[in-house]
Amino acid sequence: MGDKTDVWQGTLALMVLKTLETMGPLHGYGIARRIEQTSGNLLSLNYGTLYPALLKLEQEGSIASEWGTSDNNRKAKFYKLTRVGRKQLEKEARDWEQAAAIVGRFLAPSGEQA
Amino acid sequence: MKRLRAWIVRLSGIFFKKRRELEIADEMESHLQLHIEDNLRAGMTPKEARREALLKLGGLEQTKQIYRERGTVPALEALGHDVRFAFRQLRKRPGFAFTAVLVLALGIGASAAIFSAVNPILFQPLPYPDPSRVMMLWEEQSDGSREAVCFGTFHGLQERNRSFEAVAAMKPWQPTMIGRGEPERFEGQRVTADYFRVLGVEPVLGRGFDAADDQYNGPNVVVLSDGLWRRRFGGDRAILGRQITLDDNLYTVIGVMPKSFENVLAPTTQLWAPLQYDPSLPADGREWGHHLQMIGRLAPGLGRSDARNELGVILHTLGQIFAKGFDSSGGVPKGMLVNPLQADITRDVRPALLAILGAVVLVLLIACVNVTNLMLARSAQRRGEFAMRAALGANRMRLVQQLLTESLLLAAIGGVIGILLANGGVRLLVALSPADLPRVGAIRVDNAVLLFALGITTLVGLVVGLMPALHASHSDPHTGLQQNTRTTVGGHQMTRRTLVVSEVAIALVLLVSAGLLLRSIQRLFAVPPGFDSSHLLTMRVQEYGHRFDRDADRARFYEQALQAVRQVPGVVDAAFTSQLPLSGDFDSFGVEFEAHPNDLSSSGFRYSVDPKYFEVMKIPLLRGRLLNESDRAGAPVAVLLSESYAKRMFAGRDPIGQRVRIGPDYGHPDKPWATVVGVVGDVKQLSLGLTDAEAFYTTPTQWHWVDDVQSLAVRTRGDAGAMAPAIRRAIWSVDKDQPVVRVATMENLVAASEAQRHFALVLFEAFALVGLILAATGIYGVLSGNVAERTREIGVRAALGASPANILRLILRQGMTLAGLGVAIGLVVAIAASRALLTLLFGVSPLDPLTYAGVVAVLAGVAAIACWIPARRAAQVDPAITLRAE
Repeated sequence: MGDKTDVWQGTLALMVLKTLETMGPLHGYGIARRIEQTSGNLLSLNYGTLYPALLKLEQEGSIASEWGTSDNNRKAKFYKLTRVGRKQLEKEARDWEQAAAIVGRFLAPSGEQA
Repeated sequence: MKRLRAWIVRLSGIFFKKRRELEIADEMESHLQLHIEDNLRAGMTPKEARREALLKLGGLEQTKQIYRERGTVPALEALGHDVRFAFRQLRKRPGFAFTAVLVLALGIGASAAIFSAVNPILFQPLPYPDPSRVMMLWEEQSDGSREAVCFGTFHGLQERNRSFEAVAAMKPWQPTMIGRGEPERFEGQRVTADYFRVLGVEPVLGRGFDAADDQYNGPNVVVLSDGLWRRRFGGDRAILGRQITLDDNLYTVIGVMPKSFENVLAPTTQLWAPLQYDPSLPADGREWGHHLQMIGRLAPGLGRSDARNELGVILHTLGQIFAKGFDSSGGVPKGMLVNPLQADITRDVRPALLAILGAVVLVLLIACVNVTNLMLARSAQRRGEFAMRAALGANRMRLVQQLLTESLLLAAIGGVIGILLANGGVRLLVALSPADLPRVGAIRVDNAVLLFALGITTLVGLVVGLMPALHASHSDPHTGLQQNTRTTVGGHQMTRRTLVVSEVAIALVLLVSAGLLLRSIQRLFAVPPGFDSSHLLTMRVQEYGHRFDRDADRARFYEQALQAVRQVPGVVDAAFTSQLPLSGDFDSFGVEFEAHPNDLSSSGFRYSVDPKYFEVMKIPLLRGRLLNESDRAGAPVAVLLSESYAKRMFAGRDPIGQRVRIGPDYGHPDKPWATVVGVVGDVKQLSLGLTDAEAFYTTPTQWHWVDDVQSLAVRTRGDAGAMAPAIRRAIWSVDKDQPVVRVATMENLVAASEAQRHFALVLFEAFALVGLILAATGIYGVLSGNVAERTREIGVRAALGASPANILRLILRQGMTLAGLGVAIGLVVAIAASRALLTLLFGVSPLDPLTYAGVVAVLAGVAAIACWIPARRAAQVDPAITLRAE
């Protein structure tokens, strides 16, 4: 795993949390599909990397999991956001927006500053 | 917080591996199914659908693996594997495992045992609150040496000083209690009121002493130790206020000390009573005798030098106020010595203990070197295995980790057995220890010792494993895989040889130290004590009770007892003396010589003895006459001087007929002179190693009082020790209530007087022996391994015409070169290290050539044997067989 993956992992967690907030409880496959759709299929997610990320979030208490049945009657493990996760999402979203804004300012046409 | 939580979950993950494994499989399966269904719906064929789903997942097994790794802690999992693997490895080579564990157990066990003795004595603070403030005080003589405190000094300092929160003085006290059967004498202390306050310990029951108890002619009150209270009084809490009879007087019990109270100044003490000296300080009383110990608790914020300075100033004032008193006690002391109590009580044993600690560290070091060697040999045999692992992708760290696990496992097993050994060793140590070893009661395997053992076990495990691990991980998998006995890794052999050299060097240091101590003890016991210690039984006989208040009654009892003892069959003769040589007795008084009118600083050991004493002890008469029956009370006082005393005072002149004033008459012109009537041989009083021969003798009736504690010396025909019961019975036939204690043959007393050195010697001998054996096995191990690896080469040599003698010489030379190098390095280290032993040596230089030569010879001999066995094996190699084996 190189540096890129590390950054990716951080953002992946944020995406998972946001997805769970909007969609409610969802299984791993569903989360993966949803992330791809939301990104307008710009992101090509290696589904295998999703599961360690989910496990990490679960170990940290941000999400909880439970076995349930999917729409088409398949047994699947459903993840849902916990209170801790909600707080984490709020904070990380804020941080991310701030970071994006700062970078955005750097990239904006320089004339505005004068 | 979040991280921590995650770690806990991961750590606990280790324990639910199976369940987790199933869950991962289930989840992956459900994921695939969901994906395949979607794909089918999108119009793929079942085969395509499955392939696409797997591809998107990034491989099923790979995903499971990252999932797993995140699920638990992989490093720990590997550790579990390593430990199990290490166990299997050790089981596969029981010989190696057994040797290594044994050697480590010996090293760790010996270290832990010694540490358990050294720790409470030298390192652990005393078991009192704020122990660093408790000081021991001595009067400082003009030559800087220390002297016991007299009450005059104590009293003056106590009243005037501000440096100490509290000070106390004490002296030994041995009261006798008569019960049913034999009279029992207790070990006790007479103490001033603040004794327990200085130590900071309160009685657990009742109260301690206060000023009202410690008054001249004050009440008879006593505080009991927990041990005495339980043993004699059944732990009865109603003991307070009860009266017990000690020495014919009634004493009221006012308190009981806690069980945990450790009386470090006199560990065997069973009871305490107030000192009750006369604060008006009469100039001719016991108040000016130097026989008290003094302790004090420094006031907060004050240091030792502050206290010293203040006490010095006070002493000056006291000297002017109590000029007469100080005159009778040998003058005002130069100052007070203020020593931390712990340092003071451990002063005598410190050099021996530190030397022993040093020795045991060397033993541990040899043990480590030895096991490192074994591990290196072992890892040489396993080169193929390591190469295989490396080829299969194990990285270097992983190999090092595995080997360290093995060595740590060895060390851990060795450590556990070592602790068991230490447990036994501590008991042996206490049994061997000199009688005056402080804090013996605190010597045991406690938590501190366990922690220490754990520490050195870990350290040893790492040290022992690191070198082989680095070596093994270094080796190139390519050559390793060929696993060929022909290729010898040069660096590896080099390391092993270096280890053997250091082993021999350390063993030499140990042997030299042990040798020097042995020679010291031999020299000491070769010192003539001045009397004949064979067939001599000694015991202390004490009088107690009011019927002996008058001197005449005392003298009569001892005379009758002596008559009775002389009647016992097997007794050649017997005599009483006020003090016995080499028994720990110490009693010295001033002597004023008419011939030296201005010299008032002379004193000698004082012996009040029966005229027969010299015959019994076989102390030779050199000039004049011995004491006899006519030297009685009322007659002119007759004095004998020891040879060296007479020589120093009357160099060249005839001492006979010279006049002296002894003891309390010293320096009193109004008192009559006594006359020197004879000169007898010098006798060692304190120690065989000291030149303390200046002494004077009188008969008991011509001395100022009859001592109520005297020692009986009995010359016997046969075995002295066996006579003890008969002689005791004879004394009790005169008066059955008189305690008889410290029964010992003179030979035992002489031996016990050198217990400190003897203790160090026994341990050094044991350690040196272990060191020698380990060094020998080390040499043997390296050489025999070497011979085994070179079998083919040796075969070739033989085939080319080398005779067995040639080959024998070749291998021998190799081994002896290593030994010789070790000896050379060891000699240099030993010369430096022997300085540390200086205080323990007697009559031998730390560079004693005989010791060094002897040790080198022993070591060379042992090394030669260790070399000869593998060399002979090499010489017997049959070239035909070795060459065919290829």
